[in-house]
Amino acid sequence: MTFHLTSRAVLLASALAFAPAAFAETPADTLVVAHTIDDIISLDPAQSFEFSGNDVNNNTYDRLVDFDPLDPEAGFQPSLAVSWEVSEDGLSITFTLREDVTFHSGNPVRAEDAAWSLQRAVKLDKTPAFILTQFGFTADNVDQMITSEGNTLTLTMDKPYAPSFVLNCLTANIASVVDMETVMANEADGDLGNGWLNTNEAGSGAYVLAAWRPNEQVQLTAYEDYWQGAPTMKRVIVRNVAESSAQRLLLEQGDIDVARNLTPTDVESIASVEGVTIQDEPRGRILYMGLNQKDELLSNPAVVEAMKHLVDYEGITNSFLKGQFVTHQSFLPRGYLGALDETPWTYDIEKARQILTDAGIEGGTITTRVRDLREYIDVAQTLQAAMGQVGLTLEIEQMTGAQVLDAYRAREVPIFLGEWGPDYSDPNTNAATFAYNPDNSDEAAAVGLLAWRNAYEVPAEMNEATVAATLEQDTDTRAAMYQDIQRQYQAEAPIVPLFQRIEQVGMGDGVQNWWSGGAISSVMYRQVTKGE
Amino acid sequence: MSATDITGTGGPPSPGATPPGRGRPDLAGRRALRRRRARSVAGTILSLALTLLGLLLVTFIIGRVMPIDPVLKVVGDRATQAQYDAAYIAMGLDQPLVVQFLTYIGDVLQGDFGRSISTGQPVSADIARVFPATLELATLGTLIGVVIGVPLGVIAAARRGGIIDQVARVVALVGYSMPIFWLGLMGLLIFYGMLGWVGGPGRQGILYDGMVPNVTGMVLVDSLIAGDWPAFQDAFSHIILPASLLGYYSLAYISRMTRSFMLEQLSQEYITTARVKGLSERAVIWRHALGNIAIPLVTVIALSFGSLLEGSVLTEIIFSWPGLGSYITRGLLSGDMNAVLGGTVVVGACFVVLNLLSDILYRFLDPRST
Repeated sequence: MTFHLTSRAVLLASALAFAPAAFAETPADTLVVAHTIDDIISLDPAQSFEFSGNDVNNNTYDRLVDFDPLDPEAGFQPSLAVSWEVSEDGLSITFTLREDVTFHSGNPVRAEDAAWSLQRAVKLDKTPAFILTQFGFTADNVDQMITSEGNTLTLTMDKPYAPSFVLNCLTANIASVVDMETVMANEADGDLGNGWLNTNEAGSGAYVLAAWRPNEQVQLTAYEDYWQGAPTMKRVIVRNVAESSAQRLLLEQGDIDVARNLTPTDVESIASVEGVTIQDEPRGRILYMGLNQKDELLSNPAVVEAMKHLVDYEGITNSFLKGQFVTHQSFLPRGYLGALDETPWTYDIEKARQILTDAGIEGGTITTRVRDLREYIDVAQTLQAAMGQVGLTLEIEQMTGAQVLDAYRAREVPIFLGEWGPDYSDPNTNAATFAYNPDNSDEAAAVGLLAWRNAYEVPAEMNEATVAATLEQDTDTRAAMYQDIQRQYQAEAPIVPLFQRIEQVGMGDGVQNWWSGGAISSVMYRQVTKGE
Repeated sequence: MSATDITGTGGPPSPGATPPGRGRPDLAGRRALRRRRARSVAGTILSLALTLLGLLLVTFIIGRVMPIDPVLKVVGDRATQAQYDAAYIAMGLDQPLVVQFLTYIGDVLQGDFGRSISTGQPVSADIARVFPATLELATLGTLIGVVIGVPLGVIAAARRGGIIDQVARVVALVGYSMPIFWLGLMGLLIFYGMLGWVGGPGRQGILYDGMVPNVTGMVLVDSLIAGDWPAFQDAFSHIILPASLLGYYSLAYISRMTRSFMLEQLSQEYITTARVKGLSERAVIWRHALGNIAIPLVTVIALSFGSLLEGSVLTEIIFSWPGLGSYITRGLLSGDMNAVLGGTVVVGACFVVLNLLSDILYRFLDPRST
C-alpha cells in the first residue's frame, strides 16, 4: 500500500460519492406510499389480522359487500353481491352474486367460491375466525349453514341477528372471496392452501399482488379486467420506512406520494412545504385507560370517578398528541353506527380531590406498567403529575409492547394505557369487549375481553343489552341501543375511553381521493388519482 | 451476540522487534511442523464448531427465558385460549427445553432453520434476502474506513502532535461520541434533503426497483453483472450515505488503532537502524513500520467489519435498509426465536469466515509462518 494509491482511491471514492445521482419524481401512473409495514405476518384473508396485511388484502380481494371509498359514510354497499334478502324468521340471508367477475387467475367468481371462502375461514379457525363464528358457524356445521346454488349464496345463522351486524361483518378482511381452484391447487397437508396464501394471493380485487418483501415493500399492479373498471394507478408501491423524519424527507423530495407515519413535529414542519398537503382522517383506534378492579384502591368507585377527572384531555390533545388524537370519551369511535359524541368528563383536580375526600380516601400508591411508546409514556406522566396533586402516587414501569400485553392478558396491569382497534365495522366489535363480560372469574380466562382483563364485573343488564343489540332488526333502534349502553358505561365503568386516533397523511399535492379506510375499514387505492 | 475470538487458535505473532528472517528447517522438523499444522487445523475446526454450538445454546436459552410470548405474536391479541393453546403446541413450546433445543439443532443440521413468526416466511429465505443487503453495506463501510482510516492513523503517528494528528484525534472523538441516529438523520437532511447529492432511504429508487435480475442479492454487484450502469448509479447513490456513516465509525476506530500500533513500531530500534542506514522517511514509515503492523491491523479491520455485519441496526432503520441487524433485533423484540437463532448462526459463521481469512492473511503477511 502506498500513499499514492490510497490518495487516488480516496479521490475516486469521493468523486463517485458526489456524482449526480439519477433522480426522478414518481411516475404519473405509480403511487408510492411510505408506511411501517413490518407487522405483516400473513396475507391469507383467513389468517391476516394485522393492519398492514389488511391494507394489502383490501385491495387484492373483493367481498360480498364493501364500502365505497368515495362515500364511506354510506355504509356497506353491494359488491360481489348485487342484492340480498333476509328470510322471514331472520335466520337466513340469501345473496345474489354478479356473474361478470373474474379472479386474477381468469377463473370466474362463483357463489361456490364465495361459500367455500367463508367455510374455509371457519374451518381454519385462525384468530379472526370469531368474526364469522359468532353467527353460530362451526367447523362441523358450516357446510350446511353456508351453501350456494347457482349464483346465490345462503347464510343460515343460529339466531336472527341484526342484518346490519351480519353485513358489517361481511365487509371484514376474513370474508374476502378467494379463488377456490387456485388455492386448492396449492394445498399442502390438508391446510386448505393456508401455507401458500400466507405469501400469495388469489383474489379478484382491483390490484394483483406483484411482490411482498417482508419489512421492505409490497408491490401491487392494477388488475386491468377489474369489474368496476381498471384503477388509474397502475402500480402501487408501499415501502417500509420506519422513521417519520425519513418519510418526511422522501415526501419533500417527491420520491414518495404519500407518507402515513408522520409525527406531530414532522407534520408541523411539512405543513408549510409547497407541494405537500396534510389530510386528517379519524381512524377506529381508541386510546383508553383501564383501571384494574383487582387493585384494591382502583376497585373503589370513587377512585374510578376521580381518575376520570385527572386526565388533562385538552392539554394532551393540544400538546404531545396534537393532531394525532382527539378527545373521545365513549367506546364506539366516531364513524361507527351508534357512536356517541358526549364528553362528560373534564380535567378538574379540585373535583377529583373532593370526590376522594368525600369517600374518605387519603392517598395511596399504584405501580403500573406502560408500553415504551413515547405517546403512552407521555400520557402516563401527565396522569402521574395530576394524581400526585390529589395524594395518589403513580409509579411507572416501562416495558415493551409484548411484555405489557402479556401482563395485561394475565390481569396484572393496574392502570393500562393503550389503544384498542375495532376488529370489524359493526358496533358490536367494541361493545362485546368493553361492555360484555359474562364471567369475571379468573377461571373464565376470557383473555380477549377488555372488561375481563380489567376484572370489570359488567352488570347483568349491560351484558344483556349488548347481546340484545346484536339481534335488533331495526338499524335506527339499534343505534339508539348502543348509545344507551355507552351512557351507562360512562357513568360507571372502570375502563375509560380517552381519545380517538387521527391519521395525518402527508401527500403530494396531486394525490386525490386518498382514503386510509376511516374508522371502519382499511386503505383502498383503486379510486386514487394523481393530477399535475 | 458476542464476537468469537477473532484471532483464532494461537493468535497472531506480535510484531517482531526486528524484521523476521527466513529459516530452513530440516526434514524431521518439517514433518513435525506438518503434524502440528494438521492438529492446529483440526483444533480450529473443532473450536469453531463448539463456538457456534455454544452461541446457539446461549441465544436459545435467552430466547426462552425472555419475558416475551412468541405465541401471542403469532395468534395476536384477540385469540381465544383454545387458539392460543393450539399455536403453543404447534410451535413445540410444550416440549422440555432440552428437547426443543435438540429438535432445533437437528433441523438446522438438515438445513432447516424453521419459519419466522414475524414474516411468516422460512428463515433461510429471509436471511437470503437481508444478508446481502447488510454485506454490501458493511463491506463498503469497511472499505471507506480502511482507505481513509489507515493512512490517517499512519500520518498521525508519523507527525505526532502535528495538525493531522490533531485532526485525526478530533475525527475519532466525534466518531466515537456522536449518536449514529442523529448523524444519520443530519446526513439525510443535508445530502439528500438539501443538496440532493444522494438517494433517499431505501436501497434503490422506485424506477430501478426489481429491474436488475437478482443474482447475489447485492444491488451494486447485480447491476454490474447486468451491465446496467444507471441502475448501478442509482444503487450507489442510495448506499453511499449509510456506508459513509458506517465507514466514519469504523474509520474512527481503525485510525486510532493504526496510530497506536505505529507509535509502538516507530519507537523500535530497527526503525532507528533504518534511518541511520539512510533510508528515506517515506520508506521507513510506509514500508518498514506499516509492514510490521499489518497483522494486528488485519485483526482490527476484521473485528470492525464483523461488528458492522450485526451492529448497524440504527443505520438500517434510519435508511430503511432491510438488513440483518434490524432483522435480528425485530425478531428479538417479538420473541421470534427462529429468526434470531438463524441470524445468530449467520453472524457467527461470518466471524468464523473472517477468522479464517485473517489466519490466511497472517500467513501471507508474516514470512515466518510460510
